Amino acid sequence: MISPEKCIGCRSCELICSFHKNNEFNPKHSAVSVLSYEEAAVSVPVMCMQCEDPSCMKVCPVHAISKNDYGAISIDEKKCIVCKMCISACPLGNISFNSIEKKIVKCNLCDGDPQCEQFCPSGAIQYKEGTSANLNRKKVIAEKFKELFGEVED
Amino acid sequence: MFGWTGKIIRVNLKNRSIKKEDLNMEDAKHYLGARGLGTKIFADEVDPKIDPLSPENKLIFMAGPLTGTLAACPGRYEVVAKAPLTGTIGASNSGGHFGPEMKFAGYDGIVFEDKSEKPVYLYINDDLIELRSAEHLWGKTVFETTDELLKETSEEARVACIGPGGEKMVLFATVMNDKHRAAGRSGLGAVMGSKNLKAVVVKGSKSIEVAKPKEFLDVCKDARKKLKTNPVTGVGLPTYGTAILINILNQSGALPTRNWRDGGYFEEADETGGETLASKYLVRNKGCFGCSIGCGRVSKVSDGKFKVFGEGPEYESGWAYGADCGVKELDAICKANYICNELGIDPITMGSTIACAMEMYEKGIVSKEELGRSLHFGDAEAIVDFTRMTGLREGFGNKMAEGSFRMASAYGHPELSMTVKKQEMPAYDGRGVQGMGLEYATSNRGGCHVRGYLTSPEILGIPEKLDPLVTTDKAAWLKTFQDLTAVVDSSGICLFTTFAIGLSEIAAMLRTSTGIDFSDEDVLKAGERIWNIEKLFNLKAGFTKADDTLPPRLLEEPLPGGPAKGKIAEIDIMLPEYYALRGWSEEGIPSEEKLKELTLDI
Repeated sequence: MISPEKCIGCRSCELICSFHKNNEFNPKHSAVSVLSYEEAAVSVPVMCMQCEDPSCMKVCPVHAISKNDYGAISIDEKKCIVCKMCISACPLGNISFNSIEKKIVKCNLCDGDPQCEQFCPSGAIQYKEGTSANLNRKKVIAEKFKELFGEVED
Repeated sequence: MFGWTGKIIRVNLKNRSIKKEDLNMEDAKHYLGARGLGTKIFADEVDPKIDPLSPENKLIFMAGPLTGTLAACPGRYEVVAKAPLTGTIGASNSGGHFGPEMKFAGYDGIVFEDKSEKPVYLYINDDLIELRSAEHLWGKTVFETTDELLKETSEEARVACIGPGGEKMVLFATVMNDKHRAAGRSGLGAVMGSKNLKAVVVKGSKSIEVAKPKEFLDVCKDARKKLKTNPVTGVGLPTYGTAILINILNQSGALPTRNWRDGGYFEEADETGGETLASKYLVRNKGCFGCSIGCGRVSKVSDGKFKVFGEGPEYESGWAYGADCGVKELDAICKANYICNELGIDPITMGSTIACAMEMYEKGIVSKEELGRSLHFGDAEAIVDFTRMTGLREGFGNKMAEGSFRMASAYGHPELSMTVKKQEMPAYDGRGVQGMGLEYATSNRGGCHVRGYLTSPEILGIPEKLDPLVTTDKAAWLKTFQDLTAVVDSSGICLFTTFAIGLSEIAAMLRTSTGIDFSDEDVLKAGERIWNIEKLFNLKAGFTKADDTLPPRLLEEPLPGGPAKGKIAEIDIMLPEYYALRGWSEEGIPSEEKLKELTLDI
């Protein structure tokens, strides 16, 4: 669950995400990005919302994308041919390309232990079980982001 | 390369040459990065006797080996040059996102030499580095410049720039990055202005790697946990910002009031403090890159004549415009602080210079005609007006732009300037906090609180409580704090981490990130080496023991009230002890043995 009102814009989530995936610090290779709006004094951590009906999964020509045991839509790197169709298909702009490692960057919830949540100093990113109550809230927030950031390109 | 990127950029602004150089790894090991390494490069290349505003001065931007990593509060970098305000070595530290971005572009630092004929800015996008015209930006504020540069380069870029203050060489002009973050003290923005360098814009897509990822992650997790659970970094600073200190120092009788004339107690302090800021104007907390504290204040004054929306004020600016000027209107303080960021000038020196002028006016030393208005203590409109006039060098602001020492000296009253080595002392009265008095007197960049912050033990009781009114052991504490602070500033992490972590955690982060097998002692020794190279630079620039002192007011006028009533700053007792502990002669000159021990004898 994301609470932008708590976010201090520090981007610790970007740091730990890139480190967890590649043992390096590089916000450009992070599956989470913090967008800051100075006029509104708000910073929003944006990441894959693990859609119920994922376009990325549908478009993948080699069926490398599936829902894993933790409810995350994740990419099987062995199957992935790095065609980048998923990047184009994601309506939220939450899949990107690591041009150094030549691989797709997408949140897989760190196999049920999201590092961004652990390192978020202000509680703006929280990982909760998908009970019906907070799943609904997630959807409300996700919808808002869809409206807000639907045009943001990778 | 681990920790460091291993590359620096050298730009000659006169002949427009741009070179990439390998970092000297031997120096990196001995001076770490940022403040230390920047100063080492500077001291090797620049004659200490030069005029700070001449083309012979160099301007260095330098990040540290922990900048941009997952270390505790890793958003820091340093700007180094000979300082125009003091004539000492100038090194100013800043947070935000600029320093990390420079490393993501692949560089530990940038060395600027000479002077450009016309206004320029440097654009860095990974391997692309070019000087571009900044003629269309000259005269623009920090905020306008930043917005315009992001528009013409990339919205993902980060900007460090000067405002009109730096262009007009106000002697305490700042280098501003990410709009509201400042390499604030000693006037390094004026050096940038003297070189016709309006801005540095950087965008990077490269990675920073560390030598021992698993171990590094563990020590960073541990450090961040300690920051989270510490009462200062986990609760006090996030909740009330640095201005939480205003009431604390006031209660200790050490909040300098009305140009330090009325002692250390300001009747209206609470109205200017962090608690009032949080309840009246705070919109949101803001953190620098990778920060887990979030002391930054996004604040908004919605109505009235001081309407403003920006960041701050911090403790120091809140004090300089508040207690020091006798002003209780927090909205005016927010506004004056905002103008400092907008025009790129240092609010500590600015507020203190206005306070000095207020005393000069009340004493009849400077007239209403010259000032263009009356200037009594407590005049909220005056702090706003004179800040703007100074940043633009208009009217009497042109005299204030030289800082309080030169301004008061021009009228034959240097004793009214609350400065050490011509730089205004910050918000802790050395009569009520004895160790801070020694800290100011010995700081290598003149009056400054962030070279050895003894307020931490003396007032806050971290890591243990010391009696602020006695001189016992203060010299020894100060030496350790100065050396450790040099390590912190040179590593690329925020000084505020030291409320919660110390040498062992910082050394562990340096070891696991760089892969160099530093012992804790090696790291602290690096801090001492950095302190001594700064001192040597100042000695060569002409500073002597006579400069390691405080304004006469602190040495001669006892505090009139409060817990520290009757105290003066007892520098004469502490200074000889301090020199001896440092391995310096009675005249404050490092001994042969000490230089040898620090490998500074070559």
